Amino acid sequence: MSNWDILWDERAQFWNGFLSTLEIFGLSIVGAFLIGCGLLYLLEGSRKRLTMPLRIFIDGMRMLPFLILAYLLYYGLPSVGIRLDAWWSGVGALAVYHGAYFAEIFRGNRLTFPPGQIEAAEAHGFIKGKMFFRLLLPQIIMQTRPLLGNQLIYALKDTAFLVIITVSELTAAANSLSSTYFIPTEAFIVVIGFYWAISVTMEIIIKQCGRFSAKRGFDNV
Amino acid sequence: MNASAWQMLLEGAWTTVWISAVSIAIGVVAGLVIALIRLARIPIIDQLLVLYISVARATPLVTLALFIFLSAPDLGLDLNRSVAGILALSLNTTAFNAEIWRSAFRNFSREQSEAAMATGMTPWITFRRIMLPQMVITSLPGLVNEMSFLIKGSPAIAVIGIVDLTRVTNRISAVTYEPLPPILVAGALYMAIIGCLVWLQRLAERRANRLAM
Repeated sequence: MSNWDILWDERAQFWNGFLSTLEIFGLSIVGAFLIGCGLLYLLEGSRKRLTMPLRIFIDGMRMLPFLILAYLLYYGLPSVGIRLDAWWSGVGALAVYHGAYFAEIFRGNRLTFPPGQIEAAEAHGFIKGKMFFRLLLPQIIMQTRPLLGNQLIYALKDTAFLVIITVSELTAAANSLSSTYFIPTEAFIVVIGFYWAISVTMEIIIKQCGRFSAKRGFDNV
Repeated sequence: MNASAWQMLLEGAWTTVWISAVSIAIGVVAGLVIALIRLARIPIIDQLLVLYISVARATPLVTLALFIFLSAPDLGLDLNRSVAGILALSLNTTAFNAEIWRSAFRNFSREQSEAAMATGMTPWITFRRIMLPQMVITSLPGLVNEMSFLIKGSPAIAVIGIVDLTRVTNRISAVTYEPLPPILVAGALYMAIIGCLVWLQRLAERRANRLAM
């Protein structure tokens, strides 16, 4: 029986790992997206007292490796009495970490907006919340989509770090298979193929979004 | 935390720094070489390089490090941990750097290369004297950004048993049963390392702008 046959027999393990990676990835990017939008909304507010700590938080996250944050949540939090299991601390760390990056991307794009647009909306009687959700957010999201796409790929790659804090996902599946059957080369080639497929799919989706956004006129503001 | 814990942390930081520095050096040069080869558009090699860049950009560092370290004996190579870690980090960063260099090439002004040709410079001298200095300046922000991504990704090499700044926190907390302080100190050290890099970039940019004037 060749090595590939062994892997084919163990396909369920790969598939479970793949699904669990997708689950972690999906849940955490939704969380990250919401955190990013929330941070942007708070930054948008005119309260100066809040802006400074938020900027420090965002810049702090950008200077920290992801794994340190995951360690902090998984190993560090129990000493202050909060106990999360590996899965939840992984998802939480991913969401917070990439939420800060999303916020930074949004903020950078927000700076390029012409002030006339906001003034026009205010003159039309938009209240702040409505203006944010109807005018600012859709434009910002559509205009930053290439950067968001990059960030999504980084988030996907960061899910593999969770193998170090014992979350069972795609890389963990390859690791356990390769130590059971001593066929590391083939097992990891399959897993790298899976990761590659996910990011190629994401790139295609982002490109399709580009077509949508060109049709709706988001790009030539 | 006592003195020996601090010493372990600093040793871990040193490991992270030197492995990252070697990989950055390899990655920047190899990225430039790959960008140059891709400019030549050699049929099969070009497609292979595109495939390499696409796959390497999508592969998580942890997976790559495990793959290289575990399958090296299968392929008849005898790698020690540090070499495998450096190989994984540089394979990853080379792909990103190649794209940065390539976009610098693409955005290089045509007029200047034509002027260089008109004054009788050979392609090699044009590249060395005219293109490279300007390309270094234009791609520096991207390259430094990629360097800080590499340092942020470097904890991945802990998975193959290299005792870097992240891994060392486990060792300390295994003795003291207090995981929080070493993790916080390690985070602060990472921030210091990446902060240094950003500061160097600002310095380099200021110098480069003065040269470009």
